[in-house]
Amino acid sequence: MTTFSELKKSFLTALWFMFLTFPIMVIRVNTIDKIVIWRWRNMGYVGVASFFLSLAWRYFLRRKEAGSKRALSRTANSQTLLERISSERRYKIPAMTAAAIGIIMFPFIMNSYQTNIMITALMYVVLGLGLNIVVGLAGLLDLGYVAFYAVGAYTYGLLNHHFGIGFWAVLPLGGALGALFGVLLGFPVLRLRGDYLAIVTLGFGEIIRLILENWNEFSYGPSGIAHIARPSLFGLKLSFFGEIRYLYFLMIGMVLFTIFVVNRLQNSRIGRAWIALREDEIACQAMGIDKTRTKLTAFALGATWAGMVGVIFAAKTTFINPDSFTFLESAMILSIVVLGGMGSILGVVIAALILILLPEYLRAFSDYRMLLFGAIMVIMMVFRPQGIIANVRRSYNFKKVED
Amino acid sequence: MEYFLELFMGGLIRGSIYALIALGYTMVYGIIELINFAHGEIYMIGAFTALIVASVLAVMGVHQLAILAIAMLAAIVYSSAYGFTVEKIAYKPLRHAPRLSPLISAIGMSIFLQNYVLLAQTSDFLPFPSLIPDFKFLEPYSSILRPTELVILLTTGVVMLLLTLLIKFTKIGKAMRATAQDRTMALLVGVNVNQVISITFVIGSALAAIGGVLIASHIGQINFFIGFIAGIKAFTAAVLGGIGSVPGAVLGSFVLGLTESFATGYVSSDYEDVFAFALLVLILIFRPGGLLGKSSTQKV
Repeated sequence: MTTFSELKKSFLTALWFMFLTFPIMVIRVNTIDKIVIWRWRNMGYVGVASFFLSLAWRYFLRRKEAGSKRALSRTANSQTLLERISSERRYKIPAMTAAAIGIIMFPFIMNSYQTNIMITALMYVVLGLGLNIVVGLAGLLDLGYVAFYAVGAYTYGLLNHHFGIGFWAVLPLGGALGALFGVLLGFPVLRLRGDYLAIVTLGFGEIIRLILENWNEFSYGPSGIAHIARPSLFGLKLSFFGEIRYLYFLMIGMVLFTIFVVNRLQNSRIGRAWIALREDEIACQAMGIDKTRTKLTAFALGATWAGMVGVIFAAKTTFINPDSFTFLESAMILSIVVLGGMGSILGVVIAALILILLPEYLRAFSDYRMLLFGAIMVIMMVFRPQGIIANVRRSYNFKKVED
Repeated sequence: MEYFLELFMGGLIRGSIYALIALGYTMVYGIIELINFAHGEIYMIGAFTALIVASVLAVMGVHQLAILAIAMLAAIVYSSAYGFTVEKIAYKPLRHAPRLSPLISAIGMSIFLQNYVLLAQTSDFLPFPSLIPDFKFLEPYSSILRPTELVILLTTGVVMLLLTLLIKFTKIGKAMRATAQDRTMALLVGVNVNQVISITFVIGSALAAIGGVLIASHIGQINFFIGFIAGIKAFTAAVLGGIGSVPGAVLGSFVLGLTESFATGYVSSDYEDVFAFALLVLILIFRPGGLLGKSSTQKV
């Protein structure tokens, strides 16, 4: 009986969605030639897909509700496979060695195209980890993260274009300028509640992009800056492949450095303050944590990474224009953090690799990439807000001492 | 003087459209304290539905006024249906989740809907048919007030009036006000809160659809991305007036519309969107409650 009513519900949902998607999915008008194309087949697809999806949706929703009850009674000691690999020495050392060999060999086995894609993916890993500080640890929803990325990219682009300053000199400067902009933006708006902050950062991101697009004398407008120098290696002249490999290893170094810093930050005094602030602002202030300063640090540190990756981005593509810094970019980085699990380093790394590499390798897929990102954000929030790899929360076990 | 009047009217028109969208934001925020990021997309879907329906009817050779009526109705019905469905999928399961969760879910929904229309229809700008007929009596004033503008102003006025009456004097309006004040308490005295939330989404979406159709036939073209900027602007307007307050949203919209119109007219048109965002940031810094909003004290 229950299965029957479930099926009936799904059937009705399917009908509803067929109605809902009717004008946009089925009818296609050519307004110039005044021709109407009816795509009835799409309606069938929508019907079948929404029938099964609604079955799955309700099944998982029920399981989640049952799961949250079970989780309360379960002890916190159960471990997943990944946690076991990372905690037991016996597994950890071979796994780490295999990963290291794989990483080092990658640019020598794969061709330059694939290495290039990997470099992009690694850039998103760092961006994800940077945004993770702001969103995941401090709980501040920043929708204008791409603005800091743009600041870094244009810092290098302009300095290189006008004064010929090299990559290595600008890299820290890009980070510093990113941090400066983070503080500049953060200072006035951090008093605001979370959702206002989201909108203001979104607005800020757009303002930066619009200024870059319209201020021709400064940023060369939509045509952008071309012929930016690639990173140098002690003045050596590198071949085409050499340059890509060099950039690849530079990015690997950057990722490792970021992971190291974020990991240390997480367990530091300021990191704990962020997490506490995320959980309860008022309690946090009552404990004597300076709210504004803590939030500003999170903003500035997050922006630093974006600034540095921006410099690397400009050096990698050798051409930048405002089109690379739209809101969609911010949304993509945010979905990496959301999918990976807010506050979880390993999760963000894996999510960035999945979200960037998957559409590159499944070309048919890449048209649906943004559609998928949107869906992922909704589905993750509804079913697994903690992300694919949940951040391990620090907890204390009290045991009775046997005497 | 004529230039000033032109800009003033332009500002009023912008303000009217922002108001129609901003009301949806402010009503939803008033009730469940959520920025419904997908609201701009609902407006875009309304405009698209109207375009599709109108084009189909035009090919079939239906009378212009009938097209206008049917297209408007279709837009309202479909936008409301989308608003209703979005709430059920993306927000309802997250009623008791931390604040960040529904917000991210809303952004996801917005991206999803944009790309859904992009993939199912097109990424190009589509010409929108001029549905609103020419009025003979307006011809002498055509430089100041065009027919579409007159229709926009009149419609907005009527819709605002109806909405105010609905909220003030009907049973559902009372239930909405009760839910906005205290959801748990409303539940206790027998208000069907889930239903009230759904109705709020439906009303907000219907208003956005009206705005979508009007502005699309005024400007004459649409694409899948129009909802994004319009949504942010309308949200800015809602915050400007004090989010959660219905008259505030209307006031904020007109202030924003006029500011934008004069700023682009007298300063520079390149930075049109920058003015709006700058205004938003300034308001949030100096008067976070908005023009008509009350400053809320945080409960511990």
